[in-house]
Amino acid sequence: MSMAPLISRRVSRRTLIRSTASLAALAGIPMAGWAQGMGAARKGSGELSGEDISLSIGDSHFATGGRQGHAIAVNGSIPGPLIRLREGQDVRLHVTNNLAEDSSIHWHGLLLPFQYDGVPGVSFPGIAPGQTFTYQFPIRQSGTYWWHSHSGLQEQSGHYGPIVIEPAHYHGPAHDREYVLLLSEFTPMHPHDIMRKLKVGEHYFNRQMLTATSGEMSGADRRMWGRMRMNPRDILDVSGSEYSYLINGHGPADDLELTFRRGERVRLRVINGSAMTFFNVRIPGAEMLVVAADGQDVDPVAVEEFQIGAAETYDVIVQPADGAHVLVAEAMDRSGMGVATLTSQPGARAPVPDLREPVTLTMADMGMGAMAGGSMAGMDHGEGSMDHSMRDLSLLPDSVATGPGVDMVAPMSADRMDYPGLGLDAVSHRVLRYTDLRAASANPMRAPERTLQIHLTGNMERYMWSFDGQQFTAVTDDPIRFGFDERVRVTLVNDTMMAHPIHLHGHFFELVNGADATHQPRKHTLIVQPGSKATFDLTANEPGDWAFHCHLLYHMHAGMMQVVTVRPLA
Amino acid sequence: MRYLLALPLLALAAPLAAQDHDHSATSQTAPDQAEPAPAPSDHSEMDHSAMDHSTMDHSTMDHSTMDHSTMDHSTMDHSAMGHDMPPASNSAPPARALEGPLHAADAIWGEAAMRPAREQMAIENGTFRTASLLVERFEARLGSGDAYLWDMQGFIGGDLDRLVIKTEGEGEFGGALDDAEVQALWSHAITPFFDLQMGARLDVEPDTRSHAVLGVQGLAPYMIHLDAAAFLSDRGDVTARIEAEYDQKITQRVILQPRVEVELAAQDIAERDIGAGFTSFAAGLRLRYEIVREFAPYVGVEWSRKLGRTADIARLGGDDPSATAVLVGIRTWF
Repeated sequence: MSMAPLISRRVSRRTLIRSTASLAALAGIPMAGWAQGMGAARKGSGELSGEDISLSIGDSHFATGGRQGHAIAVNGSIPGPLIRLREGQDVRLHVTNNLAEDSSIHWHGLLLPFQYDGVPGVSFPGIAPGQTFTYQFPIRQSGTYWWHSHSGLQEQSGHYGPIVIEPAHYHGPAHDREYVLLLSEFTPMHPHDIMRKLKVGEHYFNRQMLTATSGEMSGADRRMWGRMRMNPRDILDVSGSEYSYLINGHGPADDLELTFRRGERVRLRVINGSAMTFFNVRIPGAEMLVVAADGQDVDPVAVEEFQIGAAETYDVIVQPADGAHVLVAEAMDRSGMGVATLTSQPGARAPVPDLREPVTLTMADMGMGAMAGGSMAGMDHGEGSMDHSMRDLSLLPDSVATGPGVDMVAPMSADRMDYPGLGLDAVSHRVLRYTDLRAASANPMRAPERTLQIHLTGNMERYMWSFDGQQFTAVTDDPIRFGFDERVRVTLVNDTMMAHPIHLHGHFFELVNGADATHQPRKHTLIVQPGSKATFDLTANEPGDWAFHCHLLYHMHAGMMQVVTVRPLA
Repeated sequence: MRYLLALPLLALAAPLAAQDHDHSATSQTAPDQAEPAPAPSDHSEMDHSAMDHSTMDHSTMDHSTMDHSTMDHSTMDHSAMGHDMPPASNSAPPARALEGPLHAADAIWGEAAMRPAREQMAIENGTFRTASLLVERFEARLGSGDAYLWDMQGFIGGDLDRLVIKTEGEGEFGGALDDAEVQALWSHAITPFFDLQMGARLDVEPDTRSHAVLGVQGLAPYMIHLDAAAFLSDRGDVTARIEAEYDQKITQRVILQPRVEVELAAQDIAERDIGAGFTSFAAGLRLRYEIVREFAPYVGVEWSRKLGRTADIARLGGDDPSATAVLVGIRTWF
């Protein structure tokens, strides 16, 4: 059993400052590469604050349950240190790279000058082995964010950590105690091996494929999926067959305990820092009040479960009954879960629920939004006509390059902002939907001056992923261009059967989710459901070059990335 | 028998026809996105700058009383409307979006520092090259004469272009090698699910012979793995071969694989006892157990038969044109 870092508002201010300072002293001293060598990474973050913060990236070793292997730790822990800042302060982050390869840190969700955004090749040259790079910028916002490597596949190996920015003036619901919950995965497999197996091994990590006798799908529906050469169990590309799911670096076997006192309102800052996993988060028997999404305050919404895509964050406030509660972060494909205990009685444990039944894709996920709900077999297709309608290239605008990298075109993509996420549409309790989110404070009233449609495209069989049919490699000098302060309505059309969490660096966009025009929720990452579309309004008011990509790490690595430029430069 | 010459071509055409009917896709060139798309209508006479959208309160408008029939939609700029209608095509960004350097970071860190990082970034995100070797069949064939067989292929390359090496052969235990061939092919993706393959094949047994190869390989509808190729030998003989297999999961690890193979010849090939027409057919059923994904032993049975004139030639030689074998083997890949 181990304790997570804990900040209680009942702890005296003096104690807090002293403990934070000592932790900072302990964690902040950059150590030589050999010194932190292959020691085992500590589980859970230390905490750093102040105007000068030092981070040191190094090779490490990690073990949880029966799995162990190489990892990358920052200041010796996985996740790396919690960086706690205050709105209005300045910060200098001194990052030392003790790896044998280039590294970087991207400050996910922070508004900052583009050259400190931390994407090698887009915002800066990267940090060479042995070098220290200093990021410096003013803190212009508050909320829950995170940081991670943007070099190669390092993020998979443990190179990430949380950021909490205290507001200058807090207006939201009160709480008595808070915890950061950073969700991630551990695998002993080298990330390049994972990428290679995704390319050459058919459904290598999927142990929940439909078999001859399993599942409730009719024979006609099975034949239809087969005719399309698609797999209705393609929910997550990498699953619990290879991943141990972590909460604050603790696998289920590590028995993470978070304590509270009877009657306390506990704020949970939930960050999905995973490489490839959507999580469904719930505390059976306890209601969660969602108060912020992607660090931005929203009108409180009471739910019993929510889905969080890779790179999203949600703040929830819970007031659990006295006793022990289990907090479950179940992978969307139900192949595994992260587990923690929230308890008012140290040592007490609540039963961990079983994994739920695997999820199977439906017609709506094929982009047949208008026909969703019925059995596919009920549709009267001539033989082969389905193939044609599932890849009707005439439905694509001229901006989409077609070719072997586009295996599907959603025939009737619907806006599914009201969809709670794969598998959560079938549960009986209250779940969060994007349509529930309403910004707590008003955004400036701006009508879009232009619309832009971007297609999310891919080929599951070849494991190619792209925007508008072009992998990043092909469009590095052909960015998505915005004029400074331009207001653009962007629609993402998902012509694939996977959900993609799409992230734009350096900005918040506003979801067009039915909220009134000034209260559309601000987000930095947006899940676009399979075969569906989603729309956001963007005011491009941060000059510079910004990465724009799917936050599933291997999708980005396979090409689902672009550069967004905002001009002129200031 | 002239019509038989068309058979290999038909054999090639069949799997292609089974695809998406969208070969036009491969001939389309990518639009140059740097070139702004033309605006759907001419706004040059409209002065948008004088409009202040920020002060408009759409929420108080009562659209129900509007008479849309009198509106002239041709003059509307749909792209500026805040409605949920996707544009027919994207409109161009404003002129200021094209101001300044192409790469903003060059102005801060210098082009010399940024260029290598930018090149690395491009390679990392969308250019994944790898190699793999699949031993599809490596088996003992227990029947009238006990034999062994190998059938493997490897590749090296990226998503769309690969060098593919295939080899297969058969021999009797304790006896001579009956057949052995190796192919080296350039494999190029022509549709989402199919590659066009061309290259050379060298037969080591039963006699040394080289061939030019033209074929397609990929995943046909209903998840059928298909490999079809036509061969032109150095003596001018045209032959063809079509292989198809399907993996049916019984459990997550137990997989039943039906497999069929047909061979054709456009002419008699006397020295190989082959007659023009369909020359042979084989149907097998293999049940494998994936101990790990990469390693699966299997058992199976295969029935094969020589066809047409080739069967006649076999019978004249006193051979049985059909054979059944029990199979024990392994499927493995790296």
